[in-house]
Amino acid sequence: VLELILISTLNGVLFGMLLFLMASGLTLIFSMMGVLNFAHASFYMLGAFFGFQISRYAGFWAALLLAPPLVGTIGALVERYGLRNVHRHGHVAELLFTFGLAFVIEEIVQMVWGKAPVDYRVPASLDFTAFTVFSTNYPAYKLFMLLISIAIFIVLLGVLTRTRVGLIIQAALTRPNMVAMLGHNVPRVFMLVFGCGCALAAVAGVIAGPALVTQSNMAGLLGPILFVVIVVGGLGSLSGAFVASLLIGLVQTFAVSANGSLADLFAAFGVTPDPASVFSDLWNVTIAQIAPIIPYLMLVLILALRPAGLFGTRDT
Amino acid sequence: MSQTAETAVIKASAGMRLPFLRRYGIWLAAVLLMIGLPFFARSGSALTMLSLMGIMIIFALSYNMLLGQAGMLSFGHAVYYGLGAFFVVHAMNAIIRAKYPVPLPALPLVGGVAGLGFAVIFGSVSTRRGGTAFAMISLGLAELVASSSLILRSFFGGEEGITTNRTRLYRLFDWNFGSQLQVYYLIAGWCIVCMVAMYAITRTPFGRMCNAVRENPERVEFIGYSPTMVRFIAFCLSGFFAGIAGGLAAINFEIVNASYVGLQQSGTVLLAAYIGGISHFVGPVLGAILVTYLQVMLSDVTEIWQLYFGLMFIAVVMFAPGGLAGLLMMHASLLRARTLHRLAGPYALLSGAAAIVAIGLILLIELTYRLMAKAADGSAMRMFGVSFDAASPVPWIVMTVLIAGGALLVRLIWPVVTQAWSDATAAVRAGGPP
Repeated sequence: VLELILISTLNGVLFGMLLFLMASGLTLIFSMMGVLNFAHASFYMLGAFFGFQISRYAGFWAALLLAPPLVGTIGALVERYGLRNVHRHGHVAELLFTFGLAFVIEEIVQMVWGKAPVDYRVPASLDFTAFTVFSTNYPAYKLFMLLISIAIFIVLLGVLTRTRVGLIIQAALTRPNMVAMLGHNVPRVFMLVFGCGCALAAVAGVIAGPALVTQSNMAGLLGPILFVVIVVGGLGSLSGAFVASLLIGLVQTFAVSANGSLADLFAAFGVTPDPASVFSDLWNVTIAQIAPIIPYLMLVLILALRPAGLFGTRDT
Repeated sequence: MSQTAETAVIKASAGMRLPFLRRYGIWLAAVLLMIGLPFFARSGSALTMLSLMGIMIIFALSYNMLLGQAGMLSFGHAVYYGLGAFFVVHAMNAIIRAKYPVPLPALPLVGGVAGLGFAVIFGSVSTRRGGTAFAMISLGLAELVASSSLILRSFFGGEEGITTNRTRLYRLFDWNFGSQLQVYYLIAGWCIVCMVAMYAITRTPFGRMCNAVRENPERVEFIGYSPTMVRFIAFCLSGFFAGIAGGLAAINFEIVNASYVGLQQSGTVLLAAYIGGISHFVGPVLGAILVTYLQVMLSDVTEIWQLYFGLMFIAVVMFAPGGLAGLLMMHASLLRARTLHRLAGPYALLSGAAAIVAIGLILLIELTYRLMAKAADGSAMRMFGVSFDAASPVPWIVMTVLIAGGALLVRLIWPVVTQAWSDATAAVRAGGPP
């Protein structure tokens, strides 16, 4: 059991850090521009596929260096020539634009790479066992993923709190109009943040691609969970996004490895529900089976009980 | 003096003094069209498509009660459609088993009530706020229901879904609904009833309050209405009609599976309503017809039809936020002032140039698809009746020339179109043709 807890904690923190790589960009974009970027997970997917394609020709390290700026540029172009034009039609139009974009990116990925998973492998230089806990071998690649995401987290924190650009971004988070009035080129800051956010998502894609499955539905699987993260953490709150990422990462990993159902719980009290009833499914569902639902349950609960999120300050 | 003029305008715009034919003519035409269509489209596939269009019209209109009327962007409308469908299927099976004398045409009502019930439950959590918060909760709820549908197997039937047999219900007037034609008339009947009902709702004071909540919830609150309550009622009504649409779909296909409540279905109805135009009542109807047609026809022609679908949606969001109906309505005043014909020439030029760009883009997409995803099947392909090799440079050169040349033409023609447009509208303002 101790082994399970240790491994699950490591995996949970890893998944949480990956989520945070994406959620940080998403929440920055949302709080500055008021746009909920539906296509954010699609940029993560683009990162993974670009990484796959580049690593076939130039190796994994080149992919890690090249794919994020490439995806970031695409993101910036989308902001400049797409989103900015849609902006005058209002927020609903912006949301719909990113929704359509997510749809189109998924289709384009299918058009180019097909629907089946591509063979994106862990690089040979990282394909060994880092350490062994009890009897489980922990792969070095996962440790590498963890280190990369922590490094990016620290850099991000540094940029946001110690540099001039970071201060402007922070200011624009809460008072975008005031920042514009002080003479900063807010549209350009927007484009920059949008591009960087997409690049961060792409980093997550490049490093997560070999560990998870690189397939055209990976954006659709992860996208909604990202929304859960930023809503639960509180929209516009970076620290909230961090806590919520870790929380959801841990909850998800622990739930998957846990067993047990309501029937077991009732059996412990000596009650056996009628197996033929309509609700028998409900009794026999294990925790591992409901793992995919847990984030959405959290989302609905948070929005019903504390709409501002765990750390949020604004009420939308 | 000015007051009487104002009331006259209000009365005229509310249609109070319009003669019968002008007021109800369009509805009569719609009814006649729906009755008459099967006489022109006799083949089975055409009837199936018409049935699908009828279902989609109800579904898209119910969606527009949220997005268009009350300004609530929902990403999970298929939840009510799908649950309505499931309840109808289970009700049908239960009725067949117990041999109750319930005729098939009444069953969509079961779906409506189911949709309404779940809309009451989910609406009480989600309608407290509008805007982005509502959109996200709707997405969360949709994911919740979609994931649950895979877990609760005895109700949702797992992968293979739940099947039923519509011909085994109690028969009224000896209709057994075995043929697609009878099912079409059932769907058409419900479609007309729902359209009239939903149109009537937009004309009630409640419908107007929905519009007010969409425009400015804060002011609505100031004058003493609760925006939450208005949103909630709109949400429930919309869930009711979505449930009816789902019930009709269950009757039409005789099988319901988890994809009915899925995000894909929610996305389709959003696309249909928005492409049609959300700011006019008729918009979602046009959108539903077009989207269903494209879904059926495009999927025969190309395997990546959804990409074209998505590109079309983005084009509408970017360039024509009013949708099809918005574009048509822009020209209504010109038609009335009889200056529309002046635009015909420039429009023909523009659509010619746009068609060249479109053909170039289609070529680009199909070439890429053939070379990348379909690499295993070889590079030979056939489009527009011409066979060629996707790996040779010729089609790529043709594609580049088409796109670049077409784009250049569009740029050249655009000023002509805007000039003609402003001339035509200026003539309208001046009071008809000179």
